[in-house]
Amino acid sequence: MSQTADKFIAKSTIKAADLDHRRTINFNIGKYNAKVPEGKQQFTQLLTARERAKNVKWRALETLDQQLEEFELQFTRRGGKVIWAENAKQACDEILKICEARNCKTLVKSKSMVTEEIHLNEFLGKHNIESVETDLGEYIQQLDDEPPYHIVTPAMHKSKEDVAKLFAEKLGTDPKATPEQLTLTARKILREKYVQAEVGVTGANFILADVGGVAVTENEGNARLSCAFPKTHIVIVGIEKVLPSINDLGLFWPLLATFGTGQNVTVYNSIILGPKQPGEKDGPEEMIVILLDNGRTNVLKNPKTRESLYCIRCGACLNACPVYKNIGGHSYGTTYSGPIGKVITPHLKDLGEYKHLSYASSLCGNCTEVCPMRISLHELLLENRYEAVEDGFVSFGERMAWKVWKKVSMSRKLMNTGSSKMRSWMINTFVKDWTRHRGPMQFPEKSFNQLWRERNGQ
Amino acid sequence: MNVQLFIPCFVDQLYPQTAFNMVKVLEKLGCTVHYNANQTCCGQPAFNAGFQHECKDVATKFLKDFSGSDFIVAPSASCTGFVRNYYGKIFDNSSVHNEVKDMGKRLYEFSEFLTDVLKVDNVGAKLEGKATYHDSCAGLRECKIKEGPRKLLNNVQGLELVEMNDVETCCGFGGTFAVKFEPISVAMADQKVNNALATGAQYMISTDLSCLMHLEGYIKQKGHNLRTLHLADVLANGW
Ligand code: SF4
Repeated sequence: MSQTADKFIAKSTIKAADLDHRRTINFNIGKYNAKVPEGKQQFTQLLTARERAKNVKWRALETLDQQLEEFELQFTRRGGKVIWAENAKQACDEILKICEARNCKTLVKSKSMVTEEIHLNEFLGKHNIESVETDLGEYIQQLDDEPPYHIVTPAMHKSKEDVAKLFAEKLGTDPKATPEQLTLTARKILREKYVQAEVGVTGANFILADVGGVAVTENEGNARLSCAFPKTHIVIVGIEKVLPSINDLGLFWPLLATFGTGQNVTVYNSIILGPKQPGEKDGPEEMIVILLDNGRTNVLKNPKTRESLYCIRCGACLNACPVYKNIGGHSYGTTYSGPIGKVITPHLKDLGEYKHLSYASSLCGNCTEVCPMRISLHELLLENRYEAVEDGFVSFGERMAWKVWKKVSMSRKLMNTGSSKMRSWMINTFVKDWTRHRGPMQFPEKSFNQLWRERNGQ
Repeated sequence: MNVQLFIPCFVDQLYPQTAFNMVKVLEKLGCTVHYNANQTCCGQPAFNAGFQHECKDVATKFLKDFSGSDFIVAPSASCTGFVRNYYGKIFDNSSVHNEVKDMGKRLYEFSEFLTDVLKVDNVGAKLEGKATYHDSCAGLRECKIKEGPRKLLNNVQGLELVEMNDVETCCGFGGTFAVKFEPISVAMADQKVNNALATGAQYMISTDLSCLMHLEGYIKQKGHNLRTLHLADVLANGW
């Protein structure tokens, strides 16, 4: 087993037994669960809406090359610049180049999982550029020197007491401060940063091909400030985020809001079409979009896993996942956690190293059930397992076990004879670790098959 | 009505009595029960482990063992759901396409067969006490079973049925998951069992012995006063 897998098991073992963690997460996800049905009411035919959305993404991904080129064409027309980055290093290097040319010391950033994926903050820190998170949840996580716990709610695992304590330690606020007071403190600090920053970085929820724009969705207004205040605005976005048309937002904005937080629409939805145009009063002087591959074309290559690129990162599958709720977002050791993380990480990174995630599921199927894009998440986990077998990532012992299983299962005679091979297969597969928390397994003397034949004189 | 029994491998090996209870109920309802003693397994364990080729060979045998036009009934939503929803993929683009489609329509989980085919929701069973029904994930999401078993249980004389919290959340079994990721699996069992206990029920009843085997083990270890029962065991009781 890989070291990454060992770490996963160690961390998840600790978290699964941590009852405080369980309580906080169940409480926070409980709030989400109570809110989502309200948001769903805005759809008269939710299933149709989801299916249409899936169709739109299907079309976008099947014609990805054309969509991205169309985006580039339209976006550059208004003075925007597009950079294509194959991997994290290229993306980071490009950002550094831009920052250095603008003599950037401080950079403000809105919430973006892609920047987590390429470890941008750490990289910029090494080059003495301060990268400040402006989303409150991300800001909390940055203060605590922790990666986001959840793709939508970065500090979901922290109670308000935890946050008050953290602020007191790091910023010297009153340890008994209320959430409102803490928010005001953060706001005051961040407002200064917006003014100082030479560069603003945001992600994008969608890239709009027909108009050459990016759409950013947020609840705090911090992304608007991050992209409008500094002179330079850099957007970094995965290539799969494309929508063919601005008109698709009519469907995608409500879906994202409802499945992400239970809102009808998120508070701030911005469409940014480029840098400040002649005659416009505000906006950045320059705007650069970095289109990032970083393994996404690997996912695209396989027609079966391709649909995982339809993901709009709403987080619904995480909230629905009993494994996620028990082990928390940090145990995965990946940027994207929960069901979608298990599906895509082995392809974005390395199948051998991350395949264990595909097995760490009871296949309950709740993720597939809740996903607004109707991605067959649990079936894709099975697809990953299949790939792991095909690519030779399972042990010799396991291969042999399944050979024996097949032999026995192909013949009832074999299954019935000798020391009951079927039973010993079962024992070997299950009992060793089974009994630790579940008491011994009891075997009846005879199988149904034997009893039936005896009773019916066969 | 002729019915072919499909007794999944672990029911065959570990819970023969439940299979006989299912037979007892089916016969009471006028079915002529047949059992092809050559049957083995539907192939699900291998498929879930990623060994799809091994699975396909065993699934091919399954198709042969259950050919014909009789209804097929199984005391497991998990295996039923697998054959129904995954065989189409396993035999995609193959000559047995129609056979597979047809089998999906002939195959029923036990409670489904009673309520949807035989249109029965009272089999005349008796059991004294308070019970809660556990939705297995396969029952709920693969087979879309929700009301059927509850109707059947509501008509069991002496039995009071109560719902537990988070009833649609997985119990944590998940095949080899239960062993490979034992701490997570056990934490999930813990929550399921606590929810069941909070109802004050003495029995936890389900369509799937795989869930129950896992939960029963955990309950025993903890010494809780809660018994797991398969639906067939309840419906065959008291007459
Ligand atoms: S996979 Fe589906 S449910 Fe999960 S984050 Fe993506 S869109 Fe949301």
